[in-house]
Amino acid sequence: MELVVAIGIGVLAGSGVWLLLRPRTFQVIIGLSLISYAVNLFIFGMGRLRTGVPPIIEPGTVGNIALHDDPLPQALVLTAIVIAFATTALFLVVLLAARGLTGTDHVDGRERDQT
Amino acid sequence: MTAQLLLVAPLLAPLLGAALTALLWRRPAVQRPISLAATVLLLGAAVGLLAHTASHGTLVGAMGAWPAPFGIVLVVDVFSAIMLVITGVMAVAVALYAMGPGAAERDRAGFHPLFQGLLLGVAGAFATGDLFNLYVWFEVMLIASFGLLVLDRTREQIDGGLRYVLLNLVGTTFFLLAVGLLLGLTGTLNMADLARLAPDVDNQGALAAAAMLLLVAFGAKAAVFPLFNWLPAAYHTASMPVAAIFAALLTKVGVYAIIRVFTLIFAHDAAFFGPILAVVAMATMVTGVFGAAAHYDVRRILSFHIISQIGYMLVGVALMTPLAIAGSILYVIHHIVVKANLFLIAGAIRQAGGSFALARLGGLWVTRPLLGLLFLVPALSLAGMPPLSGFWGKLAVVRASLEAQSWVLAAVALAVGVLTLFSMIKIWNEAFWKAAPAGPPPAPPTRSQRLATFTPIVALAAITVTIGLWTEPFLALSFQAADGLLDRQAYIAAVLGPEAAR
Repeated sequence: MELVVAIGIGVLAGSGVWLLLRPRTFQVIIGLSLISYAVNLFIFGMGRLRTGVPPIIEPGTVGNIALHDDPLPQALVLTAIVIAFATTALFLVVLLAARGLTGTDHVDGRERDQT
Repeated sequence: MTAQLLLVAPLLAPLLGAALTALLWRRPAVQRPISLAATVLLLGAAVGLLAHTASHGTLVGAMGAWPAPFGIVLVVDVFSAIMLVITGVMAVAVALYAMGPGAAERDRAGFHPLFQGLLLGVAGAFATGDLFNLYVWFEVMLIASFGLLVLDRTREQIDGGLRYVLLNLVGTTFFLLAVGLLLGLTGTLNMADLARLAPDVDNQGALAAAAMLLLVAFGAKAAVFPLFNWLPAAYHTASMPVAAIFAALLTKVGVYAIIRVFTLIFAHDAAFFGPILAVVAMATMVTGVFGAAAHYDVRRILSFHIISQIGYMLVGVALMTPLAIAGSILYVIHHIVVKANLFLIAGAIRQAGGSFALARLGGLWVTRPLLGLLFLVPALSLAGMPPLSGFWGKLAVVRASLEAQSWVLAAVALAVGVLTLFSMIKIWNEAFWKAAPAGPPPAPPTRSQRLATFTPIVALAAITVTIGLWTEPFLALSFQAADGLLDRQAYIAAVLGPEAAR
């Protein structure tokens, strides 16, 4: 399972970096989102990957870490997702404003051929 | 109990200010006094905190009474308190200056709620003792600062804002990556707990990787070489009060985070990180000052000088001696005052001469001799001329480099000082000394606008002269803060209790 998750993170991050380096603003924002997914999965994985155990301590299971999962990375990822959502929305507004003011969706604010 | 209230007051003041000014969105005339009152409250609380921490030691508050390392703690030591005081000083100065020319348009665009939001993020970043909480404050700061950056909604502001937001978001992902790595290695994100556990981590290579990721994340905020490109692209487009508060605080939060993390969490491996930070510091100084030498717009010159000065602030954490860290802290204090003042003066030059471009300015020494004198104080201080504040900061940093036998570092620091003087003389020659260009002068501002413009400039110049002539208490405070930073066990004991420290 570790291998699958690791490959998944790698593919997400790689695609994200590639898109980030593209000239269109929409590609850039999708790239940024993919990278943040990769980072969130990475944080999640840092809490160790377990299946079939809840992140809740039931009465009687206190102190036995075989019976519950670490809830801290999940809380962190949840916070990171919320903040990434807000910043992505903010960035989208910037992109729309830039599109409106410059008339192009190129990141430089102008097409390459017109100098 | 009162101490705990004092601890959260620097956060509550701007939070309250932001909430009230946002509620009174359509009443700019009411927003202004509220905004000013909130900044004065922030300054007062910060001064109280500094007095408390200087005499009673580090102040720790567990939010929601969850004990560290499980809950989020606010930790204010002498270094944090100094940064909070200087934040308060800048906040008051800029809140006053923002009542000058252009205030009506700024207020309508929502200057005050965003300004208070920015102060909230900055104060939170200085006060927190938790790495993930620091990330949250960074985002608060980023969102507020972006709103301020594009206040005038011009094309070049949106263009600069695009770069600013994009690079900061990429920096944020690096930060989160490092947070994940540290969590996986130690199982905690409380800074004191991290400092306690870091020397015993088996996989020191992964810890070093996390440290480098944090250096990239904070370096992008602090605009160190080679991550500085967003700063000159964005700062010169912002309106002057905004550029002044950005120049004063935004990059310094990155510097603060670098100093905090590398003196606390990764201090056991200083022999490895020191040379890396030294090279980054030197490259930052040199590229910044050459960038400034190449430009002929007052705002661009000043923006590049922010970058070059960041290099001096990293010397302390590169050398890790008490004198070097004290020098860096003194340098941060001096730089924030001087740099913000230079941006405020650039705004006044614009009011007097009608432009930021040096080619279109001139003759201001004849028409505005007072402005010329007020420009010389921070300009010469920035270049490190005695007896102004910059001299003492540079002296401490250079002397620390010589004592550590880092000859190259000392030589670069001195040479960059000379080149800084060159840039400042360039502004002086072009804007004040040469003959005035043809064309009618711009309309003079009203009396109250002049008052709002010049009160903060004179006050900040007075602070610069005071630090220069009466250095002793500032240096003593810097040394106390440096000793606090180097004594990690005291920090750990303050947060986690005496039995956790070794």
